[in-house]
Amino acid sequence: MIRVKLPVHLRTLTRVSGEVVLEVEGPITQRSILDALEEKYPTLRGTIRERITLQRRSLVRFFACGQDLSHAPMDAPLPDAVATGAEPFLIVGAMAGG
Amino acid sequence: MSNVRVLVGTRKGAFILTSDETRKEWEISGPHFAGWEVYHIKGSPVDPNRIYASQSTGWFGQLIQRSNDGGKSWEPMGNEFKYDGDPGTHQFYDGTQHPWEFKRVWLLEPSLTDPDTVYAGAEDAALFRTNDGGQTWHELAGLRAAKGHLWQPGAGGMCLHTIVQDPNDANRLFVAISAAGAFRTDDGGATWLPINRGLISPYELPDSAAEVGHCVHSLAMHPARPDVLFMQKHWDVMRSDDAGGMWHEISGNLPSDFGFPIAVHAHEPETVYVVPIKSDSEHYPPDGKLRVYRSRTGGNEWEALTEGLPQSDCYVNVLRSALAVDSLDSCGVYFGTTGGQVYASADSGDSWMPIVRDLPAVVSVEVQVLP
Repeated sequence: MIRVKLPVHLRTLTRVSGEVVLEVEGPITQRSILDALEEKYPTLRGTIRERITLQRRSLVRFFACGQDLSHAPMDAPLPDAVATGAEPFLIVGAMAGG
Repeated sequence: MSNVRVLVGTRKGAFILTSDETRKEWEISGPHFAGWEVYHIKGSPVDPNRIYASQSTGWFGQLIQRSNDGGKSWEPMGNEFKYDGDPGTHQFYDGTQHPWEFKRVWLLEPSLTDPDTVYAGAEDAALFRTNDGGQTWHELAGLRAAKGHLWQPGAGGMCLHTIVQDPNDANRLFVAISAAGAFRTDDGGATWLPINRGLISPYELPDSAAEVGHCVHSLAMHPARPDVLFMQKHWDVMRSDDAGGMWHEISGNLPSDFGFPIAVHAHEPETVYVVPIKSDSEHYPPDGKLRVYRSRTGGNEWEALTEGLPQSDCYVNVLRSALAVDSLDSCGVYFGTTGGQVYASADSGDSWMPIVRDLPAVVSVEVQVLP
């Protein structure tokens, strides 16, 4: 079981409150979580990753276990605490503005 | 008695204002899509309760929303705007060639005849169409063959911001792009012709009469006279009587011929509205006076419309999609400001009143008359 916390705008869009819970097959990576997330909520396609390139949108960040994983490879294994559901995978709108 | 619905897109959501045909008392709903930029929200002419909205942010990208009940509820539609084939490159700010990159949808123009068909104007400039109510979008890529490699972004980006349909010929469309110019198709979007002869841009282009590159801000047409087009260019208000074959200036006695929107009266094809702005570097009304200008002669002779509008210390802007008219017998005129006001006139512009104040900056205004 994977726990994902969405930013408020995407919770509104998907009409979920609280965390999203996903069942993810195989290695737990950014890519596998995002694939499962977009499969469950197709309206998220294009909002976290670019629609065509599947690259992380520039003002979206991925946090977990107190670390910024935004620049880690998409296929790198995520921390065990995320894979076991002990910690959530956070999708965050980056700080912007002043 | 008819009702009127005004659809307002702002920097932080959409708002829907409704009134009866007296247009005195208004109910406001919103914000819809709170916190998101809504560049445009517009209803289908053949099914007014079918409304499309372009919702975007720099954080989470582009979404398209659709309502089938007049804006009470919304459903996200398809948001894959993929350029057809290899779009190549266009001129960039530094003079280099830059790859085409989709950024957002500026405008949604529902078909005049089919509620499931909608045109979308995109940045980087391209025209997309859906025939399935917004689920899938396909580029009309022939537009880019009209010297797309010479187009370049203006200050607001390289955006296709205006789409005008010929009510007598479904195969004829007009579009405008900043900073590329105006273009026309006569074959449903397969091929396109630059229609910029007569435009002169001495401060913006090294060849002031170039075939493409002009910063066209908006176009307007009266449905009874589809060969007559009006244009607000970066500087200059222009008119064409031959579907864009040639343009001539009609700025006449305007206090400034810089501005963004232009509109035509619903029942008087020679009555035109603009909102003069001081200059390209000072985007607010001349002398701090918010004045709509009306020509009843198809241009050149303009009168200031001031009753009910602030005539001192007003420094708002009126953006290109933020001026609209309704089709009631006494034509209503509406515009929104970057200060968050929407002003309405129920008497063709003779007098005005704010129908809402203190919204986020208004990006677009559209109006529907409901049976």
